[in-house]
Amino acid sequence: MSDLIDGILASKHRALARAITKIENRSPGYRDLVSDLHDHTGDATVVGITGSPGAGKSTLVDKLAKRYRDEGLTVGVIAIDPSSPFTGGSVLGDRIRMASTTGDMDVFFRSMSARGSLGGLSTATGDAVKALDAFGKDRIVVETVGAGQNEIDIVKTADTVAVLVPPGSGDDVQMLKAGILEIGDVFVVNKADLPGADRTVQELREMIETRNDYTADEAAHHGEEADPVIEAAGGAGATPDDADADEAEWEPRLIETVANSGEGVGELIEIFDEHARYLEESGERERRARVRYAEEVRTLLREDTNRLLEREIERRGGLDALVDRIVDRETDPYSVADDLIAPLEECVEDRERDGVRE
Amino acid sequence: MSADQDQSQRTIRCLVAKVGLDGHDRGAHVIARAFRDAGFEVIYSGLHKSPDEIVQAAVQEDVDVLGISILSGAHNTLVPKIIEGLREYDAADDTLVILGGIIPDDDRPEIREAGVDAIFGPGASMEEAIEFVRENAPERA
Repeated sequence: MSDLIDGILASKHRALARAITKIENRSPGYRDLVSDLHDHTGDATVVGITGSPGAGKSTLVDKLAKRYRDEGLTVGVIAIDPSSPFTGGSVLGDRIRMASTTGDMDVFFRSMSARGSLGGLSTATGDAVKALDAFGKDRIVVETVGAGQNEIDIVKTADTVAVLVPPGSGDDVQMLKAGILEIGDVFVVNKADLPGADRTVQELREMIETRNDYTADEAAHHGEEADPVIEAAGGAGATPDDADADEAEWEPRLIETVANSGEGVGELIEIFDEHARYLEESGERERRARVRYAEEVRTLLREDTNRLLEREIERRGGLDALVDRIVDRETDPYSVADDLIAPLEECVEDRERDGVRE
Repeated sequence: MSADQDQSQRTIRCLVAKVGLDGHDRGAHVIARAFRDAGFEVIYSGLHKSPDEIVQAAVQEDVDVLGISILSGAHNTLVPKIIEGLREYDAADDTLVILGGIIPDDDRPEIREAGVDAIFGPGASMEEAIEFVRENAPERA
């Protein structure tokens, strides 16, 4: 096990690749591996890229990677593609788009499929990001199709989230429905050379502005805590058009790109850097990291207790037998759940009574 | 049972690779789709890749199976280069290398010698290839 850690810290590509496989497969020992990784993480900047299929995510990621490499930074990419819910199989095609940096081993590109059966994809993604971080990658890009809670959970592992919107994505109601507005730090209208791009930009801008109105109350609420932060930041994090800057909140940016030709990619990276500075200076990075770690612990606990309970169910002859009794009206789902959780409950109560301290 | 033993889920990962100046990708597409439907995770390299690029993809993606499709006749130079590259990254031993396309009988012993585990030429059935992969995919620690 420590072989893999040593390999990763010694920048061995094979070790990194194998570690991610272990994480994906949840092979025996992967938890110890990820535990050991934690101490070596925290140096990379993580960017999440999401958007509808065909929005140009992979092409943009390719161009981003190229720019980062030009600046002398090393890059890790995790690209997530859906898998068939029927066979579990998938064709992971994002790698084809990585034409600009192909052959460059300092871009570590890894395709992952949304195997999803356990809903643990966001955990696996977060753990894979840790592996890349510990390996020493400067920039990590997580790319995923933006549809549904699962994907939103995934991009939450990123420090900065870019939402790609291709022109002609339908009227504003469509965008609201997708629920993407809440997660984007930057909105990228890609394929900006296509007709209809202007309109998409205009609609997005309107929505971002109304979003700000909507959150204004909340901002006022936190006003007192926010003020000193602004002073400390010296207004550096404030946006240019934020004339009456009385809040340190990040205003989502809007940018047009043509990923194919690389147009706008430099500006996008500038916005990413700016956002990174904002996170640092406002203390938001630390706050987000805390939220993320708390969520991670909760997710792990949920999975672990689920597994414990699975064993208890097994011990009692399997869920099917219990369901039979529910169908026959001998018992009901609530009583069954109470019954199953009882041993855990007793244990916790005992510890409370005895005042056990760790 | 340990905490993470019963949640382990293993999926066979394959890289379907087109290498060199060879634009015939119908076969690669068909095999990629068949592998997908067999429940494998398939990464497709795209056309006209160099041996180095194939090695990079195979190493980073940590695939169990590397399927190379060559119809250009350049297999005698390209395939050994790829396998040599895999060795450099300690990836040759635990990657199942299979080859498809037009490989004349006379070339086969030498190609097998270089480290190719199986060759599927014209007429080989999909089931055969899938079965071979299922049975021979290396165990990942």
